[in-house]
Amino acid sequence: MDLALQLFFTGLGIGAVYALVALGFVLIFRATNVVNFAQGEFAMVGAYLMVVFAVDLNWPYGWSFLAALAGMALLGVVFNLGVYYPLRHRTFLPVIIATIGASIFLSNTVLALYGPQPQVLSPWFDTQGIQIGPVYLDTQYLLILALTLILVAFNFWFFEHTLLGKKLQATSQDKEMASLLGIPVATMIMLTFVYSALLAGVAGILVAPILFVSIQMGSTIALKAFAATIIGGFGDVKGAIIGGLALGVIETFGAAYISVPYKDGFAFLVLVAFLIFRPQGIFGERVAEKA
Amino acid sequence: MTARRVTGTIAFAALTALAVAVVGLLPMQDYTIHILVQTASYSIAVFGLTVVLGLCGQINLAQAAFFGFGAYAVGLGTTDLHMNFWLALALGCGVALVMGAFLGMTTLRLGGHYLAMVTISFQQIVTLIMINWIPVTHGPDGVGRIQRPPMFESAHAFLGLCVFAMALIGYLVWRLPQTPLGRSMRAVRDNELAAGVAGINVYRTKVAAFAISAVLGGIGGGLFAGGFAYVSPDQFSFAESIVFITMTLLGGVASPVGALIGTGLLIVLPESLRFLKSVPGLYLAIYGLSIILIVRYMPDGIWGFWQHRVRRWFAPPRFVDAAVELTLTPGLSDAPMALEVQGLSKHFGGLKAVDDVSFSVVRGAVHALIGPNGSGKTTTLNVLSGLYVATSGRVVLAGRDVTGLPPHARTAAGMGRTFQNIRLFRSMTALENVVIGAEHPGNDVGAGHAALVERARSALTFVGLEARAQELVTGFSYGHQRLIEIARALAGNPTLLLLDEPAAGLNSSEKLGLRDLLKRIAAKGLTILIIDHDMTLVSEVADRITVLNFGRHIADGVAADVLRQPDVIAAYLGSEPDAPDLA
Repeated sequence: MDLALQLFFTGLGIGAVYALVALGFVLIFRATNVVNFAQGEFAMVGAYLMVVFAVDLNWPYGWSFLAALAGMALLGVVFNLGVYYPLRHRTFLPVIIATIGASIFLSNTVLALYGPQPQVLSPWFDTQGIQIGPVYLDTQYLLILALTLILVAFNFWFFEHTLLGKKLQATSQDKEMASLLGIPVATMIMLTFVYSALLAGVAGILVAPILFVSIQMGSTIALKAFAATIIGGFGDVKGAIIGGLALGVIETFGAAYISVPYKDGFAFLVLVAFLIFRPQGIFGERVAEKA
Repeated sequence: MTARRVTGTIAFAALTALAVAVVGLLPMQDYTIHILVQTASYSIAVFGLTVVLGLCGQINLAQAAFFGFGAYAVGLGTTDLHMNFWLALALGCGVALVMGAFLGMTTLRLGGHYLAMVTISFQQIVTLIMINWIPVTHGPDGVGRIQRPPMFESAHAFLGLCVFAMALIGYLVWRLPQTPLGRSMRAVRDNELAAGVAGINVYRTKVAAFAISAVLGGIGGGLFAGGFAYVSPDQFSFAESIVFITMTLLGGVASPVGALIGTGLLIVLPESLRFLKSVPGLYLAIYGLSIILIVRYMPDGIWGFWQHRVRRWFAPPRFVDAAVELTLTPGLSDAPMALEVQGLSKHFGGLKAVDDVSFSVVRGAVHALIGPNGSGKTTTLNVLSGLYVATSGRVVLAGRDVTGLPPHARTAAGMGRTFQNIRLFRSMTALENVVIGAEHPGNDVGAGHAALVERARSALTFVGLEARAQELVTGFSYGHQRLIEIARALAGNPTLLLLDEPAAGLNSSEKLGLRDLLKRIAAKGLTILIIDHDMTLVSEVADRITVLNFGRHIADGVAADVLRQPDVIAAYLGSEPDAPDLA
């Protein structure tokens, strides 16, 4: 039981990272109807940027974090202009192929620059964690959970209670109507990409001290985040968050009780089970194409 | 078979024989043989992507995994299990087929992005298993000393075998688009909804394409293992799946010629640019960037780009003889009603788009369904044609309950329809579009492709566009595209024709043409259910009218009477509560 509680806490921490990346997926999907297959690589790039600033340049952690986020915002802009925008009038297939190309490009460019050796990023705070009864709460995991909670709350406030958030929602629901109402649709989509890149960047930076900073971390996280979005219900914001958390927990228990080498396989099994028995996910997908 | 096709086939067979003889007999360095075996075996896997991605428009990001099934089956089969090469290859293809069909069946009912995610995940799992299931797969060490089949033990002979297999499979993939299955795949790729309504079993077509792709991956992998005598997990990783996709896109996604060009280039180019491989990642980074650039600037690939420029010299010959008169034989049944709608409802969450609507369409009549915008007309039509599942109620077509049937089965049962926003198969000619409409179970047009073409030409003649049958549909005007949609529905010989706002967007002379066309269709005894806002058209062609408002049925009857009813006028023109009652 003590072990189970400990695993549950650890699982939630990892799951929060999946949830943040999944949230980015969902926001881009809602705005553009396209799944961004480079979302996991965004997290990887975020972690490497942190390595550049905090390790290579030896800047203080806070400044490095801000600099890495600035880099992620720039990546979001470049990605939108270089990959999505030129293809916006094409069907979804060329666009997702282009995002897959972008993901290969990003991970291998980093590989060419940094080599295959994983990089190490120390935790943000070197203070001891908290011991509550039998469960040890590690500082980094607490930080992940706290920041995720703040970001999710911010996300809700931003989309429901600000004009900009409402404009973004309008854009994702009906681009033509939004542009007729004077909403600059192209800018809104650009903002969505920037925001999603930031979310993924934060996730990558947060998870970096727990995993190694490696080229493969992007695709691993991306797969979990995909699975999370499907489990939660494709295109659903709270589904992505709950799906991400659930997957983190399932996978941590799977690794502890079943098999460590196949840890990354549990997400796939859960995904296939959902596709067979409940393809619309926990919260259901949006309405299908109109005839 | 046309004379041109026979000549082409003979020429291709001769060329293949020559190529096999050359690679089998000409002295070559081992290095050259390796490159050629790799090109041939990769090409076969890339042909698989030509089928699933190029023809059917479904993505497969796990081709390296299927390639790996073939390779490991041959590897483990001929070494650990002492099996015959052919038996091992067959087993590998069997595994690829079963896994491909399983992935396809679980995923292909859902949208395209699910397929991309699931195939990536699957690819990762297969790699995990290859690395970690050491007692069976030998793990990261890989499998060595793989045997070749008897009679093909020498490198030259095996290369000859690979080239032969590549030529044969390439030929079959080349011919596939003109077969019924290939046409269905292209229709699904161009427009899934319209494909279902034209009588194609969309799901089965997609699963078939996916399974074919997986099997071709398996065959390619088996030959690869035989050629190199050693396989290891890194040869079948996600990165290799991306290499396969890049090969397909670079050469041209829709043709095996493009597949061969892309494969050849991406095997030979990196070999000649070996210095790129000295920096890990650089080489794949260039692949990633190329994918983005190809998709943006050369969506049809090298072969597609070139093909557009030579196509006009190879235009198919025009038809010399006139097409026969179109015959329509609406399904024989004793039911007096062509269509009975009973208590039909369609709710989207809390929205009752269609709420307990009942009406009947008399056999041979032109029946109009009218109502203001948002009254549920198109939703009704979508429920009738099976695109939406009814929340409750029954749809009876010529005495047969079709409520539970999917769109293609309703088409086979005698339902034909057109769409409000035109849904033609945009990469195809007018004739091909109409041939697809003619080609479904339950439409007895006679045996063979010639009979289908004849039927399609008759339908095109009937709408007045036969002279332009061989042109791509994208070159037709909006009004003419509508007529091609009607011809596509007529070619299927429906019992009931559903027309969703056929007059929308037409100019006044086109509307007159449409009116005459509808009268000619009705004169042939075909029952029509039409939705339209053009009251002149409706009152001129309709025998009976049903009026909907806010998803409910408000009036029904003979056309002239219905149009005089006060609540119909109120629904259409708005009532005037402030107007003094002068009567």
